[in-house]
Amino acid sequence: METLFTDVLCIGAGLAGERVAVEAASAGFSTICLSIVPPRRSHSSAAQGGMQAALGHCAMGEGDCPDVHFEDTVKGSDWGADQEVVRLFVERAPEAVREMAFWGIPWNRVVPGRSAYFKGGKEFEKVEATEKEGLITARSFGGTAKWRTCYTSDGTGHTLLYTMDNKVVELGVTVHDRVEAIALIHDGETCTGVVARCLKTGKLRVYLAKATLIATGGYGRIYRETTNAVINDGGGAIIALDTGVVPLGNPEAIQFHPTGIVPTNILVTEGCRGDGGTLLDVNENRFMHEYEPEKAELASRDVVSRWMTHHIRQGLGVKSPYGDHLWLDIRHLGEHHIKTKLREVEEICNNFLGVDPITQLIPVRPAQHYTMAGVRTNKDGAAYGLKGLFSAGEAACWDMHGLNRLGGNSLAETIVAGKIVGEKIVEFLHGYEVQYNTGVIRDAVIRQQERIDGLISGKDGNENVYEIRNAMQNELMDRVGIFRNGSDLQKAVDNLQEIYARAQQVGLRSNGIGVNPELTLALKIQGMVKLALCTACGALQRTESRGCHAREDYEARNDRDWWNRTLATWKEGDDLPTLNYEPATETVELPPAERGYGVCKIISCDGEIIGEE
Amino acid sequence: MARKLIFNIFRYNPQDPHSVPHTDTFDLEETESMTLFIALTQLREEKDSSLQFDFCCRAGICGACAMMINGRPGLACHTLIKNLPDEITLMPLPIFKLIGDLSVDTGTWFRAMHEKVESWVHTSKSFDPQAEEERMDNALAEEIYELERCIECGCCVAGCGTANMRQDFVGAVAMNRIARFIMDPRDQRTEKEYFEVIGTDEGIFGCMGLLGCEDVCPKHLPLQDQLGILRRKMGWSAVKQLFRRS
Repeated sequence: METLFTDVLCIGAGLAGERVAVEAASAGFSTICLSIVPPRRSHSSAAQGGMQAALGHCAMGEGDCPDVHFEDTVKGSDWGADQEVVRLFVERAPEAVREMAFWGIPWNRVVPGRSAYFKGGKEFEKVEATEKEGLITARSFGGTAKWRTCYTSDGTGHTLLYTMDNKVVELGVTVHDRVEAIALIHDGETCTGVVARCLKTGKLRVYLAKATLIATGGYGRIYRETTNAVINDGGGAIIALDTGVVPLGNPEAIQFHPTGIVPTNILVTEGCRGDGGTLLDVNENRFMHEYEPEKAELASRDVVSRWMTHHIRQGLGVKSPYGDHLWLDIRHLGEHHIKTKLREVEEICNNFLGVDPITQLIPVRPAQHYTMAGVRTNKDGAAYGLKGLFSAGEAACWDMHGLNRLGGNSLAETIVAGKIVGEKIVEFLHGYEVQYNTGVIRDAVIRQQERIDGLISGKDGNENVYEIRNAMQNELMDRVGIFRNGSDLQKAVDNLQEIYARAQQVGLRSNGIGVNPELTLALKIQGMVKLALCTACGALQRTESRGCHAREDYEARNDRDWWNRTLATWKEGDDLPTLNYEPATETVELPPAERGYGVCKIISCDGEIIGEE
Repeated sequence: MARKLIFNIFRYNPQDPHSVPHTDTFDLEETESMTLFIALTQLREEKDSSLQFDFCCRAGICGACAMMINGRPGLACHTLIKNLPDEITLMPLPIFKLIGDLSVDTGTWFRAMHEKVESWVHTSKSFDPQAEEERMDNALAEEIYELERCIECGCCVAGCGTANMRQDFVGAVAMNRIARFIMDPRDQRTEKEYFEVIGTDEGIFGCMGLLGCEDVCPKHLPLQDQLGILRRKMGWSAVKQLFRRS
């Protein structure tokens, strides 16, 4: 068996994985990144709108500071976040933006003088200060008190990823692209690397490492309608869950983005609404300001997605062969703005819809977008349950997002958490030695080889892997979506258990030789259904509404009983996850209160009922 | 009535000793708004689950899905079937090493290119976490972004006459990258240093000016302008160096 040794192994070479790698390599540790695609194709590249950091240079960001960013983020999370982690994050974000500028990001800059901007379809004027000319500027995003989202047109993720990968090349970090980690090597206490499958040859390979990082992004592909790339199918979360000892935090915390285009669910950025775009219904009337007088289109994503769904349910959606949708209107922003600040949006509309957003409306509706759920870590990024295992970025539940993430905080998290977790891994490695147990390694490899052989020979059955994936995706979409209720969730759990049983009987139809794509999916289908069950079970148990988790049968946020975080582990041989709970936050800087947007029904910590009944 | 499409797809699995390069033909009924992403996914899931191809973002952003579509390099994800004839022939990109069927190894090629052109900001300064960022004119930031938009899909390389003849040619993608750093005041490299990287036949002087690169660029980058600017700059640089030597 080909075996490679390294100090640090980053599984995933998107922004979080590469930022950790940069930190480790800069400190002199040998570092290998594994990526299932060439690193610059990672899904980080698709983040369009920007990265939040409280620089406060632009006129509409005046007076901004980490404290305001902190408050926005905790409110956005509906008090589900770990406040110590949020504080760490907001304090380091401005430095992270500047460091990326130093490495080459062409951030958009302050242009002094008068300029127009749009809010709620109306035009206003702002004056940018002469003394701020040329400093990094920002745009407005949902759920924020200030304009705080730093950007490069609407290709912010793209420029960040390319610049980060440039840094990786400069430092000579080894990247093995088209390699997929399919199991962690561990003895129940310490993680010492992975068994991986090469996606150029199909062969297995062992990577042994003192520190292993999971930075594989989110897993939106367990849902049928998602903005996520096809590679976001949960690889990292699955191998963590498979250990039986590493928990997923808040698996029920799944975000829907308000503006996926219909029918392909490709994202158009929140920057459209941040820059003044509006949402219209079948009569081409605005409606968000009626539900949210204060924030209107720029309430947090969970809130806007819910009102859109509600409005469609009122019969005010636009009929289409792909179901009802609403309109996004950016026409009034004008050709110049769209062609400089919203270029990807223009291309996506032209290429995939045949719509010209300068003169026409864009068909949109909410689609799955982000997993706040992820590998539960402490504030240093160390995973619960296994020494030597870390996680960062969307793959992790660090947990600065709680039950709802703000737009612009995910790119920021990848860079800031990548930096902080990288520093902590470097600290961890100083003086740390590990013993590689050949028996444990051999057993891990044999187990994976047997899985592959079994799928090829069809010894467990001949279930079709694609049919199972579709059944799982439909179940989550139809019963574990934007609005949830007890009876649908119970049905989803029951059906997913049946689907899980079928997933254990998959057999390939093709020969499985080499980089066989059917085998690649078959190797993770059981894990994907396990993730789906964690989401459904977590949602069923959480009898309250908080952030993205909206229970029609428990409409209040219940701080008395549910101000906590779900921890889901999966014990070997079980057919359901084990759910435990921990307090959402040990540190309380900002006690639970109203968010200022969204429906306000709260059962407070001491049982008082706030808001309408 | 929906069209009946015929797909001719290049097939070869180098890992399978019994596999030989050949073309497979598949039928598929066209559906509304169908793209090559939808069509190929359907073919794999319904007709031949061993079919290899690459998609990632499926939104024209990541550059993973470039292939030869009826003889022309393009991104499969944003190719609408309604713009294609009934018979569609798909081949892997040339130049890049074949992984299998329509899938090629762009990762290795691009990493080598990044190393060759030293695709990062060269500076003697070190980052000060406490200091305000250096200022930049917004118009310049937007100009840099224009070139930074390249998604490294490989279409320009596949569509390049020189690259198809000589393996060591860096391609328009590398020239665009260099042009981006020349424009960036944060990069302290001198003209002479840039000349050493691309002032050769592997670089700017290997370009035959056929401009297939710009024709096939899915991001419509101004590659022709950049090639022209670089050629003039590097031409002058070469002349200056000649005089210096004599």
